[in-house]
Amino acid sequence: MAKLNQAETIAFSKIYSLGASRGDLTVTNDDIAGPINSSDEWIRQRTGIVTRMRASKDRSLMDMAVEASNEAIEKAGIKPAEIEAVIFSTITHPYQTPSAASLLAELVGANPAPAFDISAACAGYCYGIAQADSLVRSGTAKYVLVVGGEKLSDFVDPTDRSISFLLGDGAGAAIVGPSDSPGISKSVWGSDGSKWEAVGMTGSLLDFRDGIGSWPTLVQEGQSVFRWAVWEMVKVAKQALEVAGVKPEELAALVTHQANERIIDEMAKQLALPESVVVARDIVTTGNTSAASIPLAMHALLAEGRIKSGDLALQIGFGAGLAYGAQVVVVP
Amino acid sequence: MALSAAEVLSGLAEIVNDETGIANDAVQLDKSFTDDLDIDSISMMTIVVNAEDKFDVKIPDDEVKNLLTVGDAVNYITKAQG
Repeated sequence: MAKLNQAETIAFSKIYSLGASRGDLTVTNDDIAGPINSSDEWIRQRTGIVTRMRASKDRSLMDMAVEASNEAIEKAGIKPAEIEAVIFSTITHPYQTPSAASLLAELVGANPAPAFDISAACAGYCYGIAQADSLVRSGTAKYVLVVGGEKLSDFVDPTDRSISFLLGDGAGAAIVGPSDSPGISKSVWGSDGSKWEAVGMTGSLLDFRDGIGSWPTLVQEGQSVFRWAVWEMVKVAKQALEVAGVKPEELAALVTHQANERIIDEMAKQLALPESVVVARDIVTTGNTSAASIPLAMHALLAEGRIKSGDLALQIGFGAGLAYGAQVVVVP
Repeated sequence: MALSAAEVLSGLAEIVNDETGIANDAVQLDKSFTDDLDIDSISMMTIVVNAEDKFDVKIPDDEVKNLLTVGDAVNYITKAQG
């Protein structure tokens, strides 16, 4: 029998660097309160959001993804040509095909790296890190560019009181590569399609084409999602710590998907983390940016000096699908 | 052993107080959660989950919208205890 070579595995992977890009427009609560018959106070009290960053019409999802990626590549100290896979988690790439990732690979100089998109909504970045970790440790790719990016403002209904007023635009990027020591814990991830309709679109593109429905925009069943996001995701967060072998007091930060500050507050309360653990609240100024929110929030904590390279952070994404993913990572 | 409606009301008032700071004796059967007690949808869900734990009952998401008054919740929980 002929000899068959398989990729040689390596033991560990880590996140080398992060990059961030946000929308260029600061949108206040007063700016959006009118069509939902609301107020700055009502929005702050229910969401914690003071402003959300949105991209102007001529600033595309790809523009933000390229900016974030270039920062991450530069900080990682690698050449774009060394990237051996590009993963783009997004739900707002406005083409069914080709993928956003293949264009991103071209634009950042990573052509001909394999490139593909992940559709896991607010869990997308953690799904991407899970994939990148596996690709690196399996020996399939040396360096992987993972991007979570969204231009959610293209898919909002200004009169929707369920989710639209939470949403912002941005992109976060990470370079994942080989490591001498553990840098990314085993992912705890999954989905629950029985709640497929809890977060999603108002209709399909086919309905829109056939004149049955309007342009699809985002919508959610807020109470159901809140219950799932807190009480089910607390179980996932605890499981992620357990499989990582990390105690809560060893964490420097909890970086959840920035869905709603009330969810973050309740999750932190349920986890009973020590006061030493920094809880990311980038949502207050950036809004909910779906797949981008975790890398943006971690990037902000680093920029503010509230966490440092080498710290341990629990990151957990959750959203439409319903889909969820969590890891403990060493902060780059 | 199943609790009486009065005991459920008393326990529910404690949960509402924990979540919102509303005085226990303000939580009365005829009070609307939203209109009288000014409890928003997120706090309502927190109260529901805590009530499930405290009274060992299940309150499905679809049922929450029917719990308009404190009395509605007390009745539901009292019956759900079996």
